[in-house]
Order: sequence, then structure tokens, then C-alpha cells
Amino acid sequence: MVEYWRWKEYRWTSPDIDWKTAKIISCGIDVGSVSTQAVIMTDGQLYAYSNMRTGSNSPDSARNGLDWALKETDIKQENIHFIVATGYGRVNIPFANKAITEIACHARGANFMYGPTVRTVLDMGGQDCKAIRCDDKGKVTAFLMNDKCAAGTGRGMEVFADLLQVHIEEVGDLSLQVDKEPPPVSSTCVVFAKSEASALLRKGVPKNEVLAAYCSAMSHRVFSLLERLGVEKDFVITGGISKNTGIVKRLEKEMGLTPLTPRYDPQIAGGVGAALFAKSLVEKQRAGA
Amino acid sequence: MITAGIDIGAKSIKVVVLKDGQVAAKAIDLGGFDQKGTTDRLFKKAVAEAGATEAEVKYVVATGAGKDEFLSATDKVTEVTADARGAHMVHPKSRTVISIGAEEGRAIKCDEQGKVVDFAINEKCAAGAGAFTEAMARALELKVEDLGPLSLKSDNAVPMNAQCAVFAESEVVSLVHAGTSKQDISRAIHDAIASRISSMARRISIENDVLLIGGVAKNPGFVASLKRDLATDVFVPTDPEFISALGAAHIAHDRAVAKGGA
Repeated sequence: MVEYWRWKEYRWTSPDIDWKTAKIISCGIDVGSVSTQAVIMTDGQLYAYSNMRTGSNSPDSARNGLDWALKETDIKQENIHFIVATGYGRVNIPFANKAITEIACHARGANFMYGPTVRTVLDMGGQDCKAIRCDDKGKVTAFLMNDKCAAGTGRGMEVFADLLQVHIEEVGDLSLQVDKEPPPVSSTCVVFAKSEASALLRKGVPKNEVLAAYCSAMSHRVFSLLERLGVEKDFVITGGISKNTGIVKRLEKEMGLTPLTPRYDPQIAGGVGAALFAKSLVEKQRAGA
Repeated sequence: MITAGIDIGAKSIKVVVLKDGQVAAKAIDLGGFDQKGTTDRLFKKAVAEAGATEAEVKYVVATGAGKDEFLSATDKVTEVTADARGAHMVHPKSRTVISIGAEEGRAIKCDEQGKVVDFAINEKCAAGAGAFTEAMARALELKVEDLGPLSLKSDNAVPMNAQCAVFAESEVVSLVHAGTSKQDISRAIHDAIASRISSMARRISIENDVLLIGGVAKNPGFVASLKRDLATDVFVPTDPEFISALGAAHIAHDRAVAKGGA
């Protein structure tokens, strides 16, 4: 059976950094409900990371993520000075030194990844969607989130990828291949939207149009969250859904605002923020000692 | 005099045919791909079973989410009106009617004549409808009919954190991985949906007797969870999924009489 929702896991190491010369090696692990990222930073520079599917328990997922990030580097876990865990599974990671909420980590990570002009971060994750306002230091000033309902989350998108038998990584581009934007799927609930989409398919509506109808509904839903919070420039999108052009393009149009182009993988923002918090905590410890 | 009520739900279609106000035939089938075709076929079948011809049917009232699909209906009524009337016919002491179908949940407050006083509806979210238990049964790899009896064997309340049916599916899978027994998970599923339904019902305030109708009423696990959550007795009529169609059929009978078609 083809698992259309299954995206590729990957890891990365910087070719330019020699970690042995670093004063602080910090680590951030973002154990989300769907994916886990482990990020290693050397003196506040991105050195290595991994992005994997979260398994059935948080400690194992964090462990696997960290092991994979460290693979192909010769860093041992004992070389790492501080580990901060974040995300849905953050409180349940025995080898982390501290847990910090993902809201704080995403804002801080976005500040590093996109620069200090970022004021609004939309993080579209696997099982939640967060709209965050922050200052030029990446400190959170306000936020709103939906973590109760699959509408507007990556999990909802996976359900649709499976239903339409389109690989999750191709959903966005395919949804944009329409001559005219179809009316959005009217049900909010993903379970009901699925029945609605099945009815459209039975009527002979092509897959790309059904996907367009769903992406458009999802974009409206996320837009209303952003509207409630109020959007200030610069605006960025992080999390897995930020890689879905079908959502990003529609949201861009609805907002009349273009998000900043990512220089880093937008899915690691939480992990990067956590690693930066870890670095600051080491500095504080050393200053106090 | 022959009259009929037809309830075109999100998932299944129900027909009740009355002969002089007494039930003469009932029929039910899944709507399937061709809801219109199924409705026509089912209506013909029920009328034939009642020993009547279509020409003899004086009045047909349609209700349910797909009520506009049945073009031969004389009239339409809302699901709330049909529920209340049907409930009054089978259990005249009903003051709170809770009706749970595949994609909708309703709580209706009615008076001693079966007239609607107040109501609340959830049609936006699968967490308070039959679709929820169906999705959970799939995640547990059980038949939805087996979920209820299995949950009655559990005396252990395991909490479910997820409200959304999509998230709850992942949670059920995690519970299975964690070694929680299927009977405890089944109970957790029914407790979860019951808590959603009772919070909707409390919005209209609950008055006894409480009558539970709709397809989900056939699930004994859900009935047990709802009783616990509401801390009151809950009555379930025979063939609870036909009550709305029955209500529509009685409304059809009244209207035919009012038109002088006796």
C-alpha cells in the first residue's frame, strides 16, 4: 500500500564549520505531534540537524532525532553543553536539560532564520496552527493557536493526500494547476470535508480541483486566525505546511502580503529556537560560575 | 389513509409508511453513491410493503440533511421538528430529545404536546456525531457494532485528550501501542463523545425524561457513557433510527387530515 502522507526524512551537516573550535555546542529538539527535529548549533551557528517522523513515544523520537543529527558528525552527546526540548512531547524527554514552550522557540528561531525584522510568525504544524507576534529580539508579544481541530493543520492535509492518492509533497503544486479557483470545501471538520471531497470526486471533479477547493478552505481558516491576532510586517511562515505552495500562494493572495523567503529549512524553526535558548543558558551558567 | 415520512440522512435513508396513523411499513438503506435513486427505490419498497400503491399515498413529508433531494415529497419539515414529534409519539413523557446521526447531533427541549421549545445543534464537527465512533472503530480495527458491547466490559476510565476525530484516531493508535486494552479504549471513545453531547444538551438545560434517538442510540456503550455523564436515566425506543421518519410520517398524517383527506 502506498502511504501518500509519508514525506521524506532527512538530515544535514554544515560543510564549513569545525565544531572542535566551538566554545558552546547547544542542541534543540522539537518533538512535535507529527515530526521531530533535532538541531545542533556551534556558538550560535547552525551546524547539523535532522527531521524525522515522530514515533509512538516522545523519548524514543527525541533520541532517534538526536542520534541521526549527530550521525556523520563525530560529536558525542557528552560534547553537547545543553539540550533544550520543545514541542508537544517536550516534557517527556529524560536527557534534555530543560523544556521550553514551542511558541517561545518558534519566535526565537524565526528571528534567527529570517532576521530581526520579523514581527509575525505563522507556524503550521502537524496537529496545531499558531500565529505568533514578536519583537526584534524574537520575544513573544502575543499569540493565538488552534490545537483542538485538525482543520488547518498538517494532519488534515495528510488525510487529503491519502484520500486523493497524491503524494503529500505534490499536493500544493497540483492544487495550483487550475484555470479558475473552485469554491472552497464548505465543511470545516476534516472528517466532513473528506465526505464532501468524495462526493466531488464521484461527480467527476478532477483531483487538482478538489485539492484546490481544500487548500482554499484551509487558507481561509488560517487567515481568520491571523486576522484575529493582527498581522504586522515582516511576516514569515514556518512548519511543514510552509512547504505547501498551494497554501502559501493562496494565503499570500488573501493577505495581500508576501512572506519572507526562507534561507533555512522552515521546518526547523522550533529546534533552532530551542538550541539558541540552550546556548543562552550555557552563557548564563558560565557567567554565574 | 396512507401517509409517509422520509428521513434522508447524511449516511442512511429511512422511510415510515402509516395506514390511518398506524405504522404499516418501515424501510432503511444506506444512501450510497446515488442518494436520489436509493430514496426513490426505498420509498416504492415501503409503500408496497404497506400493501398500498403510490397513488394512494395522500401526503409525504421529507426531513433530514438531504430532504430537498426527494422531489415527490408533498412537504418538508426540519429535522428538529420531526425528531420532537417522533419522540412524542413513542415516549410522550420526553422533555429532552437527544438525536445523534452520522454527521449531526441535536438536543431538543419539548413540551407535553411534543412541540419544540428550544434546541441546540452540532453539524460542524465530527467529534459529536456518529462519524466519530466510526472513525475510532476503524482505528481499532473493529466493527462499529462491536465497539459498544466491548466497552461495557471495561471498568477503567482512560482519558482521551484529543477532541478532534482526526487527532483522536492518532491517540487511539498510541493507546494501542501503549498496551491499553481495546475494551478500555472503546469506553474512552464513548466517554469522549458522550461528554461532547451532554455539554451540547446542557446548553438547553436537561429535563426528564431524556429520550435518545438516531442511529448512535443503538450503541449500548454510548448509552452507558451518556447516562453516566448526564447522571440521569436515558430512554432508548425500539428502532431509534426511525424516530425522525416516524415524526415526519405523523406530521404528514395530520396535514392530510387538516386538508380534509380522511
